[in-house]
Parts: sequence; C-alpha cells; structure tokens
Amino acid sequence: MSRLDIVDLRVAFDAPGGPVEVLRGIDLSVTAGRTLGVVGESGCGKSVTMLAAMRLLGRRAHVTGRVRLDGLDMLALPETEMERIRGGRIAMIFQDPMSSLNPVHRIGTQLRETLALHRDLSGGAAAAEAVRLLDRVGIPAARSRMSDYPHQLSGGMNQRAMIAMALAGEPEILIADEPTTALDVTIQAQILDLLRDLQAERRMAMVLITHDLGVIAETADDVAVMYCGRVVEHAPVERLFASPRHPYTRGLLASLPRMDARETSLRPIPGSVPPAGALPMGCAFAPRCGAAEPGCHAIMPLLAPRADRHEVACHVGARAAA
Amino acid sequence: MIRFFASKLLRAFATILFVVTFAFLVLRVSGDPALLIMGAEAPPDAIAAFRAAWGLDEPLWRQYLSYFAAIANGDLGYSMRDRRPALGLVLDRLPDTLRLMLPALAVKILIGVPAGIYAALHRDTWIDRTTMAFSVLGYSVPNFVLGLMLVLLFAVNLRWLPSGGAETWLHTILPIVVLGTAGAGILARFTRSTMLEILGQPYIRTATAKGVPWFRVVSWHALPNAAIPTVTVIGFMIGSLIAGAVVTESVFSWPGIGRQLVVAVANRDVAVVQVILLFVAGSMVVSNLAVDFLYGWLDPRVRTTRGKEG
Repeated sequence: MSRLDIVDLRVAFDAPGGPVEVLRGIDLSVTAGRTLGVVGESGCGKSVTMLAAMRLLGRRAHVTGRVRLDGLDMLALPETEMERIRGGRIAMIFQDPMSSLNPVHRIGTQLRETLALHRDLSGGAAAAEAVRLLDRVGIPAARSRMSDYPHQLSGGMNQRAMIAMALAGEPEILIADEPTTALDVTIQAQILDLLRDLQAERRMAMVLITHDLGVIAETADDVAVMYCGRVVEHAPVERLFASPRHPYTRGLLASLPRMDARETSLRPIPGSVPPAGALPMGCAFAPRCGAAEPGCHAIMPLLAPRADRHEVACHVGARAAA
Repeated sequence: MIRFFASKLLRAFATILFVVTFAFLVLRVSGDPALLIMGAEAPPDAIAAFRAAWGLDEPLWRQYLSYFAAIANGDLGYSMRDRRPALGLVLDRLPDTLRLMLPALAVKILIGVPAGIYAALHRDTWIDRTTMAFSVLGYSVPNFVLGLMLVLLFAVNLRWLPSGGAETWLHTILPIVVLGTAGAGILARFTRSTMLEILGQPYIRTATAKGVPWFRVVSWHALPNAAIPTVTVIGFMIGSLIAGAVVTESVFSWPGIGRQLVVAVANRDVAVVQVILLFVAGSMVVSNLAVDFLYGWLDPRVRTTRGKEG
C-alpha cells in the first residue's frame, strides 16, 4: 500500500516586491486505490501543490514542508532519485494534450522513451508494450498510430496517448491535472471513465485536479477544496456534497446551475479572490463570507482532524459541526 | 508538394527580376558611365564613340530590353572598364570572398548558438547577463569601428597580424573576427530567446514529469524544437554572405566581391554591378529555398500539411 503524504507544503515565488506566498501550508494524503479530488478556482494553488510535490516548479519557487512517498521525503531527495520517481512511481498527465506532447517526436517514440527510462525495455519488446498500452487506453489501430505525430491526432486521442505514456512506468500514483478541461464534453466523459477504470484495475492512487465539481462528483472518493493557497475543506465525496461545512464550498455548490430548478440566473459568490500578495490577516474568505464574525478577520482558521473525517478550516463551520 | 515549391520558385524569380531592374534603373539614372570611365577631359567625339559602342545612346527601355535579351542568351555583359566578361571578373573574386565568409559563418554558428543555449539554461544568472552583454556589444559595434580597433591593436601596436591584404592565412584572421562578431551576437540573443520560449512549453514539463534527465530534456526535447526558428536566422545569414563583406573588405583591402562592388558602382560599371547583384539575390533566394526544405525535415507539422497540399 503506497501512500503520498503532503505535510505543511508552502510555496513562495520570487516577485519584484519580494517573495509571494501562493501555498500557505497544505496537508493532503492519497492512498492506493483511492482518488483524491482537488478542487478550487484558477490560482488557488491546486496545480502548484502537485507540481511542487513533484519538484517541477523550477528555481524561482521556494518550496518548504514535507512530501512523503511511503515515508521517503521527496523534497530532500537528490535529483537523480527524483527522476526515478517521476514517471516511474508517480506519473502525471496535464491539461492540454496537444501541447503536452512533443510536436517533433512520434507518439511511439515518446512512449518508448518512458519504457526505456523506467522499465528498461527497448527494441521489439518496447514496441510491443507501447502498442499494448495504446490499445489499452482505447486508441484504435494502435500499431499505425505509433508512427503518427501529435498534430495528426485529435485532442482526445492525444490525451489517451498521454495516459498511455503515464501508465508506461507502471506508476503507483497518478496525478491528473485538469485532464479533461481542454476536451469536448463527450470526450471528457470517455477520458474520465478510462481514468476511473485504470485506477481500479491497477489499484493506483489518483489525484484529480479540477475546477469542475461535476468531475469530482463522478470520479473522486475524497475531496479537498482549496482557496487562496490553503485547503479549506476536506471530506469524503458524499459528505462534502451532502453537507458542505465551509461557506466557500457552499457558495461553490450553490453557484452550480441546477437541472431540476428553474432559476433565471446563476448565483455567484459575491466579491472576488484577493491577490496572493495581499491576503487578509485572518480567514482569506472572510471578506466575501456572509457568515463571517469579527474573529474570522483576525484569526486564521486551521484544518483540524476530526473523527468523522470531515475537516473544515472555518470557525463558524467547525462550531456548527461540533 | 510540387505546387508548394513551384510557387516558391516563381516568387524567387520575381525577386531576382525586381532586383535586376531596380539596379539597372538606379545605375543608369544616377551617373554617366562614359564620363566616369573616359574622364571629364576626354574629347567629345571619343565619349560619343564610347556611348555608341556600349549602346548608351539608345533610349533607356531599349537598353533594358536588349540587356534581358542578352541574359536570355547567357551573356551577362562586359565590364566597361576591363572589356572582359563581367561574369568572369566576378567569379575570379568569388573564392576570396568565400575564404572570409565561410569561416565567418562558422564563427557565428559555433559561438552564437552554444552561447545562446548556455545563457538560456542559466537564465538570470551572471553567466546569462555576461553573455548577453557581449552579445549586445557584438552586434551594436559597427564593422568598420571594430575592424579599425582590431587593426590598431593587433597590427599597429602588437604587430602580431597584418593590417590588410590577402597573402597568407594570417591575413584572414582579423576580417573573419570582424565579420563573425555581429552575427554571433545576433544568433546568441536569438537562440537564447527561442530556447527560453521552448523551455516554457508544456511538453518540456511533460518530459521532466516522466523522469527524463535534464540533459536529455534539453538535447532531445528542447533543441530540435528550438532549431526550427534558429535555422531561419542562419538561412538569412547564409543569404547575405556575399553581400555582407562590402565594409569589411574595404577596411582590410581584401580583394573580394564586396570591394569589387564598391569600385564598380563608383564607375557605373553596370554589367559588373548587375552580376554581383544577381549573385547576392541568387544566394538569398537559394538559402530561402534551402530553409524551406529544412523546415520540412525539422518540423513534422510542416511536412504533413505540405503533403496534403501537393
């Protein structure tokens, strides 16, 4: 049973006026066989969390905290060890499949690169395995697609090729960063089905980053809701949708258009997200929150572990649940 | 595919026609070759005879037409000064020019491209800033200034190298350095910005995320993509090889095409100027075609869309 634990992960980026903190202490974990959905609006830090965990942010980012893979602190590993983990034990797929594959190399060549790196396969064995993987992710005529370039395939087919490439290293953990955002709605459902099947088949742990609550509802077992670089609510998926405790989560759910109600307009959350460099002292959501009390503006609420596994970083919400 | 290159060739032909026509008109309108070559003190009947012999007394459109008629017969005209075929005169000088330009091109590529890559990989460090400072210096100092400074230092003060002429390989060093410096600076800067753009692409992140070691990310995932725009710039440099030496050849009294062009223009030696311009335009056009071919080889996206067209 492999598991990934992210403990107090903080990321600051260099900026002209001094470093700006975009992750302000993230705690998350995923275990084999389960899918963690990470949801939040653009800029809340959901992608940065996983990129920081994989050490893919580059030199401008200052990362602190712990990222433990079965107890091994990935942030302290030498780079060569990280290369073994990336694409091997932990694989990633990204938002835009068209630009995420290298335009000058063939699909088959890119797939075989991963096989060579992580499974020591080359020649005929690698080719056979590459075809098998393309076939598994539902690419028709897999053998002839091997010699195609990414621009010759559709977005959906490219995303399947990306998934095949991610599977090539036989990962224990799959991180999918907005895997369906750039795709047509019909294709989105197919890709999500595929990811769900593969996750079950291989008993992988999966992290699904998305801004789409519908995707979360269909795919995730647990959900972490992020706002301004912090996890504000963390719960099993049914509980989160049935009884959201954080006012922000409630606002997100309330802002969804409903099929069964005749509403004339959508209900947005009032106000806007404060910029990362200018967050209020207390709860970052307090200025937009209808339930905020004087204390919310002064003291930052923390995500406290709870017996019912439904954690919320909100003074009001935590009291109501107690 | 065939249509693609047919249209390229047609455009190339139109370019050359335009260049030749333009040069023809400017040279005829801006000065009288008879006076320049015979001298202002020559007897009027000798000048008239010179004009009649070279057809300069005919109307301009007639001269223009007969010029093209001659070209169609493979006759590129005679030098009014040497009375020898202009093509032969220019071909005689070509090796000397290439002796400078090809090594200069090598200098540009071998210094410019690696410097640009190196700077990009060390973005915002002192290595990057130093490289870029040299690059700006390299292409902002005019050739004649750099040439004279080098002559002053290495020929006059240190007496290590000759100041001009073309006798030994030592004579080539200073002109090659002068010719290579600006191009290397431009290429370094261009390669750096191209590399930075490529390194920011999602597929580079994909490669890193699948565990590809950084050296291979750069060499196998980034460089082939960065080569596509860089080849264009190098193509332009190849195209301007012959024309690029005018100033430098004059500074170093180098007996190449550049200096020949200066002398021929001053004398309104039309045929020689035209031949040189044909070479210049021709090398531009050929290098552009070569770049187009290379694109197809480097970039699979271009290859397949062309395949569909043809």
